Amino acid sequence: MSYKELFIGFTRSGLLGYGGGPSAIPLIRYEAVERFKWMTDDEFAEVLALGNALPGPIATKMAAYIGYKVKGKMGALIAILAQVVPTVVALIALLSTLYAMGESRIIKGMIAAVGPVIGMMLAVMGYQFLKKGWIGLGMTTNIVMLVISFLALELLDIHPAIMIVVFIAYAFIKTYFSTNKPDTKRSVS
Amino acid sequence: MIYLQVFWVFFITNILGYGGGPSTIPLFQAEVVEHYKWLTLKEFGDVLAIANALPGPIATKMSSYIGYQVAGPLGSILALIATVLPTAVAMVFLFKFVTLFKSSPYVKELTKSVQPVVAVLLLVLAYQFLVAAWESSGWIHTAILALGSFWAMERIKVHPALVIGGSLVYGAVFLS
Repeated sequence: MSYKELFIGFTRSGLLGYGGGPSAIPLIRYEAVERFKWMTDDEFAEVLALGNALPGPIATKMAAYIGYKVKGKMGALIAILAQVVPTVVALIALLSTLYAMGESRIIKGMIAAVGPVIGMMLAVMGYQFLKKGWIGLGMTTNIVMLVISFLALELLDIHPAIMIVVFIAYAFIKTYFSTNKPDTKRSVS
Repeated sequence: MIYLQVFWVFFITNILGYGGGPSTIPLFQAEVVEHYKWLTLKEFGDVLAIANALPGPIATKMSSYIGYQVAGPLGSILALIATVLPTAVAMVFLFKFVTLFKSSPYVKELTKSVQPVVAVLLLVLAYQFLVAAWESSGWIHTAILALGSFWAMERIKVHPALVIGGSLVYGAVFLS
């Protein structure tokens, strides 16, 4: 157990995880459970469960806890930095180069072509959240909540952060009443 | 002042970004493009595209690049700290209570309830990108690129980095 191992493990899982944080999870598991044996599979599953319950990027939450467990505060810092710094530097370098050549017609064409692809990628992500809501909330609730969100965000121009807080409050109230009602059985899975 | 704004924007968007990276993207856009006007929608799209073409977590790449663009290296570091630190600290302190979180009906309901908002935000943003592309490159190129990338990513499972790379080549040849 050393700083060097943390550094190697998280640099590797950060650089090989394509498609954002979630795709890095199996890679982090490989480093933490199989390769360096920092924790058991069960403990990893618990870290992942807590990570999923909290907001924000998942990969850095995993790095923070695992790094802390292995080598304290310094370990957490090293694990997070190893996870994010290489790709952050790569992005800044790549975009700066692209913009430095921004006057070139070819670069302009390349940038223009990326727009529809990003639109499509976002649409697919949006569809995945739609489907998750469909399965989790049921069809009627999901449609009602989608319509409310759309009207509030687009027609009333309510800030997205406020909408999220409102829906979080709704979830708390709903859970409070459904778990405290004597006639409904509390389901614990 | 600008440093404070950078820190605040990335702190609040990541605290509210339930569902990992994808759910923070429209929140970034609301702050960075619509509220503070640090980037245009087009520039935001470029950052998103290149960030998607690189490995690693998406939210940290986007926040540190935008922080850098707005307020230099210090802005970049502040944006990164605001993105990562609050939930990193929460992980370490809350791990003792992990069993409470795992079976909590509150957490389950909360995660589910935020999904419709995130879906609407992502779909609206997708629509904006497609309309902007339609207006600047015409509907034929937009349709070819949008449908082509959908087919490549979802049907034949081409690596996203290759899809972005392919669209860059297409742009260099047909849109320059």
